Amino acid sequence: MSTLLDVLSIVAIVAGAFFYLAGTVGLLRFPDAYTRLHALTKADNLGLVLVVIGLLPQVDGVLTALKLLLVWLLVMLSSAAVSQLIARSARRRETRP
Amino acid sequence: MADFLQSAGAFVVLMVALGLVRVARGPGRADRMMAAQLLGSGAVGALLLFGAASGESAVFDVALTLALLSAFASIAFVKFALRQDQPVVDEEEVP
Repeated sequence: MSTLLDVLSIVAIVAGAFFYLAGTVGLLRFPDAYTRLHALTKADNLGLVLVVIGLLPQVDGVLTALKLLLVWLLVMLSSAAVSQLIARSARRRETRP
Repeated sequence: MADFLQSAGAFVVLMVALGLVRVARGPGRADRMMAAQLLGSGAVGALLLFGAASGESAVFDVALTLALLSAFASIAFVKFALRQDQPVVDEEEVP
């Protein structure tokens, strides 16, 4: 059982690290602000969510696991709001048509 | 398992550091802010990984605080950017 949970953790964390890689590559390679924002939100949401899912079996205690979920919820909320705001500010300034 | 968590955290930090190249290259302010946003979420993920690797649960509190602060940084940027009424010329288009 413990080995199974370890394998689940490793798979989820590797997938999360892959999304951080994809977010960085997208941020560096995509041509304009909106596509870069798309890559950034993938790293924000999927990367962190997969890392949190992978860490949940590894921490001891329900309270610590709840704290992990709280971090996840806060980052989800803030990244959703902030990506809207950044897209609006980019559109208002029309940095690229 | 702790070694794996450590190296995964180091990998995430490396990726986020590479993303900072976008801060130097720009071109717009929104692009720079996006790199800062990636730094925030990547640092939260790396702190969670390092905290689980060391078994030090105080690191999770640091991650929680950092998530809050990086959200505030982006919101402050947007408030500042929207306050300027005149359209700002993009640095790349300046001859």
